[in-house]
Amino acid sequence: MKRSAPSRLVYNDPGWIDTLAAWVLALLWILPLLYAVWTAFHPSEYSTRFTLFAPLTLDNFVHAWAAAPFARYFLNTVLLVSMVLGCQLVLGTLAAYAFARYEFPGKNALFALVLVQLMIMPDILLVENYKTMARLGVVDTLLAVGLPYFASAFAIFLLRQTFMGIPRELDEAARVEGASAMQILWRIYVPLAKPVYTAFALVSVSFHWNNFLWPVIITNSVSARPLTVGLQVFSSTDQGVDWSIITAATLMTSAPLLIGFLLFQRQFVQSFMRAGIK
Amino acid sequence: MRNIDRTLPSASTAVQGWLLLLPAFVLLVAFTHYPAVATLVDSFFSTPKGARPSIWVGLENYDVMVHDPVFWKAATNNLWFALATIPCSIGIALAMALWVNERMTGRGFLRMAYFTPTVLPMIAVANIWLFFYTPGYGLLEQITGVLGFPTHNWLGNQHTALGAITLVAIWKESGFFMIFYLAALQSLNPSLREAAAIEGASRWYYFRRVLWPLLMPTTLFVMINAVINAVRMVDHVFVLTRGGPDNASTLLVYHLFQVGFSYWDTGYAAAITVVLLAILATTALFQFFILDRKVHYK
Repeated sequence: MKRSAPSRLVYNDPGWIDTLAAWVLALLWILPLLYAVWTAFHPSEYSTRFTLFAPLTLDNFVHAWAAAPFARYFLNTVLLVSMVLGCQLVLGTLAAYAFARYEFPGKNALFALVLVQLMIMPDILLVENYKTMARLGVVDTLLAVGLPYFASAFAIFLLRQTFMGIPRELDEAARVEGASAMQILWRIYVPLAKPVYTAFALVSVSFHWNNFLWPVIITNSVSARPLTVGLQVFSSTDQGVDWSIITAATLMTSAPLLIGFLLFQRQFVQSFMRAGIK
Repeated sequence: MRNIDRTLPSASTAVQGWLLLLPAFVLLVAFTHYPAVATLVDSFFSTPKGARPSIWVGLENYDVMVHDPVFWKAATNNLWFALATIPCSIGIALAMALWVNERMTGRGFLRMAYFTPTVLPMIAVANIWLFFYTPGYGLLEQITGVLGFPTHNWLGNQHTALGAITLVAIWKESGFFMIFYLAALQSLNPSLREAAAIEGASRWYYFRRVLWPLLMPTTLFVMINAVINAVRMVDHVFVLTRGGPDNASTLLVYHLFQVGFSYWDTGYAAAITVVLLAILATTALFQFFILDRKVHYK
């Protein structure tokens, strides 16, 4: 036993069959994406002909960019995602601090009410939320796209868990030094919860970058449409379906997330993990 | 409370707590609790048309629903969609996690390949799949063509449209669920495996008797998420089939979208939303009473 201890416990380790199966599955999983990359970077006559010496081109991207107001859609999505994230973090931090460190009547009932949103997402309550936006007079604005998501039960829940794990001795020490509640929150709790903020930010950004159903309902003009809706409008209006251009547009709209993911793979995976476990 | 002596619940701290909570809570109520209740109320009223305001109609909207063949088609489709996506994506996710958790050649690449679909927008990847499925031209057709099969319109055929969108959903969410299994596997004590090896347990035995039971809380958690996704995931339907052909691939949320925002029948749409809320609430109660108890007693 001593001899084999540093090496692997051979017989319940994965064999070559596992390696092969894992690779086949991985290639299958990545295949649609590789296919899209091929199509987008080659002239359309090569979009389904795979020859090694097919000429590479960026024309598809140029055409796609020119064929629809993608610059505006990008701007809208960036504004939307940052607006939503900013509000979620500020509101979530304040609420989580209240739940973690204050005693007040009705605290448990209120927390239960917050958790309701984890199950009943705004994504389902389309008709009523549309009516609310109409009453507020903000239909077809970026604000309306983001508003239902500003308060995130998920953010409150994650941050509350984190704040509760911070030793009280720390804020008592700060209190003795004469720090106010807000200063304690800002100087002690927020810095200590930084990994959780990063995790939540990545999850939130990828969710709202990708969100489609609510934006497609609440927007109907170029000035408010995020990328997902813009892409859908672009690819569904029959402009002589040129797959090369559509896949180019598709890759373009996912590029920031894809590149971000490839560069910071570890953080992405760990963030999704952290967000899921809590 | 443990720290009752230190945080005296005075009136001023209570007010401070409420104030901190207020902004988030107002928004939560406005866009989650109020609309949920309003949906229920509206489902008993008619849809306002022009100058005619909505009136109390009792269960009429539900009566329309019960007699709406498209609703039943969407419900059955959604059931099949759920029954296929939930076990398949969980099984694939588990296999992925078990593989990626090992010291395997190209582990980084494998993890990247499995997880990539999760971070991409569904609308974008659905476009890629649309191309993939294109009859006579897409990659799938080229492969089946080489193998000598006749050309087939996967998305345009009543029998394969639902299967085609189900496949896309499984592809999209498996990598996401893999993450949770991976996290659970990494937190397991490595000596368990050594012990099993010393006892001479086969890999299958070790998986069935050690890993699977230990992963049970994760499986339940993932299952809840898979159920929610089965209700909520609908973006790809917009791109791939628009519920067609002849509603063969419509799902409940897609039907809700059509009723609410194509026909503007908001009363009936409210009734459909109530059904969706009931499904989600049942899932929530299941999680609360079954899953949380299991976690507590651990």
